[in-house]
Amino acid sequence: MRGPVPIGELVSICGPERVITEHAALRTYESDGLLQYAVVPAAAVLPDSADEVAAVVAACHRTGVPWVARGSGTGLSGGSLPVEGGVVISLSRMRRILEVDLDNQRILVEPGVTNAQISAAVGPTHFYPPDPSSQVICSIGGNVAENSGGVHCFKYGFTTNWVVGCEVVLPDGSTTVLGGAFGELDRPGYDLLGAFVGSEGTLGVATKIWLRVTPAPEATRTVVAYFNTPEEAGQVVSDIVSAGVVPGAMEIMDKLAIAATEAATHAGNPLDAGALLIVELDGSESECDARFDEVVRFCEANGATGVRIAASEDERALIWKARKAAFAAMGRISPNFYVQDGVIPRTRLPQALRRIEDLGVEYGLRVANVFHAGDGNLHPLVLFDAAVAGEAERAEELAGRIVEVCVDEGGSLTGEHGIGVDKKRYMPKMFSEADLATFQRLRCAFDPEGMANPGKVMPTPRLCGEVPGPYRQHPLEAAGLIDRL
Amino acid sequence: MKSEEPASYEEAAELLRGAAADGRPVRFRGGGTKLGWGRPIPEPDLELCTGALDRVLEHNAGDFTAVLQAGVPLAVAQAAFASAGQMLALDPPLSPWGGAGDDTALDAADAGATIGGIVATADSGPLRHKYGGVRDLVVGVTVVLSDGTIARAGGKVIKNVAGYDLGKLFAGAFGTLGLIAEVTVRLHPRPARTATVVARSSDPAQLAAAAAALAHAPLEADSLDLWWDAFPVEDFQTETGVGLRPGPASGSGAVLARFASADPFPRAEEATALLRRIGDADMPVEIDDDDQACWDAQRTAQRSDVVVKVSALPAALPASMAAAQALGGTLVARAGLGLAWIQLPVCASTGGGGAGRADAPAQAGRTDARGEPGALDAAVVAEAVEELRRRLAPAPCVLLDAPAEVRARLDPWGGETGPVTLMRKVKERFDPAGVCAPGLFVGGI
Ligand SMILES: Cc1cc2nc3c(=O)[nH]c(=O)nc-3n(C[C@@H](O)[C@H](O)[C@H](O)COP(=O)(O)OP(=O)(O)OC[C@H]3O[C@@H](n4cnc5c(N)ncnc54)[C@H](O)[C@@H]3O)c2cc1C
Ligand SMILES: Cc1cc2nc3c(=O)[nH]c(=O)nc-3n(C[C@H](O)[C@H](O)[C@H](O)COP(=O)(O)OP(=O)(O)OC[C@H]3O[C@@H](n4cnc5c(N)ncnc54)[C@H](O)[C@@H]3O)c2cc1C
Repeated sequence: MRGPVPIGELVSICGPERVITEHAALRTYESDGLLQYAVVPAAAVLPDSADEVAAVVAACHRTGVPWVARGSGTGLSGGSLPVEGGVVISLSRMRRILEVDLDNQRILVEPGVTNAQISAAVGPTHFYPPDPSSQVICSIGGNVAENSGGVHCFKYGFTTNWVVGCEVVLPDGSTTVLGGAFGELDRPGYDLLGAFVGSEGTLGVATKIWLRVTPAPEATRTVVAYFNTPEEAGQVVSDIVSAGVVPGAMEIMDKLAIAATEAATHAGNPLDAGALLIVELDGSESECDARFDEVVRFCEANGATGVRIAASEDERALIWKARKAAFAAMGRISPNFYVQDGVIPRTRLPQALRRIEDLGVEYGLRVANVFHAGDGNLHPLVLFDAAVAGEAERAEELAGRIVEVCVDEGGSLTGEHGIGVDKKRYMPKMFSEADLATFQRLRCAFDPEGMANPGKVMPTPRLCGEVPGPYRQHPLEAAGLIDRL
Repeated sequence: MKSEEPASYEEAAELLRGAAADGRPVRFRGGGTKLGWGRPIPEPDLELCTGALDRVLEHNAGDFTAVLQAGVPLAVAQAAFASAGQMLALDPPLSPWGGAGDDTALDAADAGATIGGIVATADSGPLRHKYGGVRDLVVGVTVVLSDGTIARAGGKVIKNVAGYDLGKLFAGAFGTLGLIAEVTVRLHPRPARTATVVARSSDPAQLAAAAAALAHAPLEADSLDLWWDAFPVEDFQTETGVGLRPGPASGSGAVLARFASADPFPRAEEATALLRRIGDADMPVEIDDDDQACWDAQRTAQRSDVVVKVSALPAALPASMAAAQALGGTLVARAGLGLAWIQLPVCASTGGGGAGRADAPAQAGRTDARGEPGALDAAVVAEAVEELRRRLAPAPCVLLDAPAEVRARLDPWGGETGPVTLMRKVKERFDPAGVCAPGLFVGGI
């Protein structure tokens, strides 16, 4: 089925300067943020409009060429890793903000717009809450495909709670609108938009995206508390939530993560602390003030060795700088590191941390922990030295054992980075064969030929059969000439 | 029609597979409170009731999640959560057909609504403003497909992106893709106290401005609703007549914002001050700290003899109010979201001009009205629904409650809005035998 890439046709759609076929230039697209994987595609195209995307996808469909949509390439699961012999559709030129409708608290954007540009476009009165740490670079199309989260998601929800409609080019090259056609909620019919968000580029290309935005909070209060152990910090989080307080953000870092971020940012966190907890309340002045004392009391009651309250916007920015730099900061304490992403029910935190620590000892590798504590989303960072023979493989295996612990504790393989290629082999740990086959039904409805980002999410390649139509007797059978066995 | 009550997912799978093998249509039944919705379809051969799938499997209070079998009545689940100071933030419409003003009868009428039925219809109430709807609160599902497959999607944690989010696909699918056997939901703390700010006016533009101001203020209301009634309260009991009557020159309405926390009053007072700056003497504003009744009334007004749900943007609220006024109807809206429910007064034998808003036990007159099927001119009502659709285009207008004779005259879904071709393909993949409530859904799916 698979044919050669229709370069001539792609050139006639996008023009020669926006079709890349030269090997050296194509290497720009060989990996996403997970550099372990690299595949050089046959071609990359940079369409400028939804019509061009549709024409490119239609050409691929006609010629049986697989394709991969790509936003900013910051994904951490190999989601936009190219397919060999396939086409990369880069959305980086489609960066227009098409409509800002503050009256209705909506914004319509093209997929290549960055996450941070959206809040900027509706500020300062409003903001777009899902805020991945990569927000300055990552695209909203990538956020939609990954259902990205961020530090504010416990209170405000994830990408899926804020997208209200998407224009999508389907794998057959046709264009449709999923969800609200003009930004409205509850369009009658199946919630195909809900299924599309988080589908990791396997169901189509989002070419226009309607988002809801919300009023910016009037006040923000940020506090960092230090503890001897992450378990104590975790207990504070549980106490806060049980008391009905819903902070805008709650983040925990362990001792190793503090050491790395101090080396990188000099935020002033004590190196002897076993863990730190950032709690940020936001909302109306009166509500923040009332709740802030309560939060500080919970910290003290759980053995906080110190509490630091951000006295100025600068101090608040410094606190967040340390947290948001956590991944990159690992480079200060280790030649290489692997970012893991798993979820546990919050109450299982002590057990999960103990098991991760034991695994680290077993593998002889250090693991730093950073987590979105409100929703139990752990980011264990496995530190290793690729120059040491076998260590990279050991690190990868350890990271795999860690997500298995998460699943075992009743959690998930991934809270925000997606399955991509990196975690597809673990899918059978979380889902049965019947579950996976049911996922595949959705994919087959959208993409029966399997041209959209093949090789991702599902642990093994799967084909789509024909839809079994209602049973009809064959004329020969009816005539009694043949029997069906 | 045969009715079965499977006691396990495997038994449900066996029954469904049997029906699919013979091509016999199946309908799922929870509490049976909304079976009439959707397109009218012939009575199916088999009804699968979820009555025996009625266990609360887990309530993980520390994690604010719960695992429920589909047949658990929402009221039962809520009682369990309340004992831990928690709630499932779903408050779908109340049935107005209990005893007028009699809370226990009202509760009994709604006690039947099951979590499976509520997820399958994806309906929502005033809490949607802050907490989202069904799609936002369901974090995992177990479904049974017509070929006997039992499959799970999602998980038991509030954050999870592994695999496709089939919970959203099945939410609002009206049982046309398969049986929802089990759902995992996210819970929230039950607010310690609530206070509601109410601003009344007979000027729709003023109400819309008030609602917009509240929607843009950083006050984090739990709910932000609006109501509008074409007939002034005095007319309500005396008006008689049959079929539709146009509204008088002006009706009346209110904006309601509910604040919840340990101390909701500072925000309620800020909201009051904000509203006083917008309105003048003709928009009185007050704070109600015993506010359950006014929110129950909002929910109740989402159901009636004839109800049309309008999916619009918030800025279209004045147009929706004007349409309700012209047709002599009543409207409730989630003002911050743009969703509105318009009731058309059809069985006007004892009034029926509105939800019986009047601050009072709201349902007076309704039970009587309902008992008069002969008083209905279905053609006139169907035309009124189409008139609403014309006025509010392109906003989708779905006919929810309506007598069968009205339903038969028009497409309750309002035609093939949206990607119906793709929806058909989804249906074919999940229910290849085409036996799950065929014909009920959008586009005759
Ligand atoms: C179009 C529509 C409009 C609505 N409008 C209103 C309204 O205005 N006011 C109001 O109060 N309520 C409304 N509801 C209903 C709603 O929110 C109910 O609270 C809920 O549907 C009642 O649950 P039940 O158990 O009685 O369901 P039932 O009445 O038994 O079933 C409702 C629908 O869901 C399907 N279903 C039930 N259980 C399952 C299951 N386990 N798996 C798959 N499918 C299942 C049924 O086949 C049926 O189509 C509406 C529902 C629909 C569908
Ligand atoms: C330092 C760092 C910090 C991070 N922090 C976070 C975090 O806090 N939270 C979080 O959730 N993630 C985080 N990430 C992961 C990553 O930034 C997100 O997954 C992001 O959404 C990816 O966006 P992108 O534009 O880079 O997409 P890409 O990496 O280009 O693509 C990701 C996936 O989306 C698909 N895709 C892209 N555009 C489209 C489109 N228009 N239509 C359909 N499919 C499309 C691709 O095919 C691919 O499967 C972080 C990454 C880094 C490097």
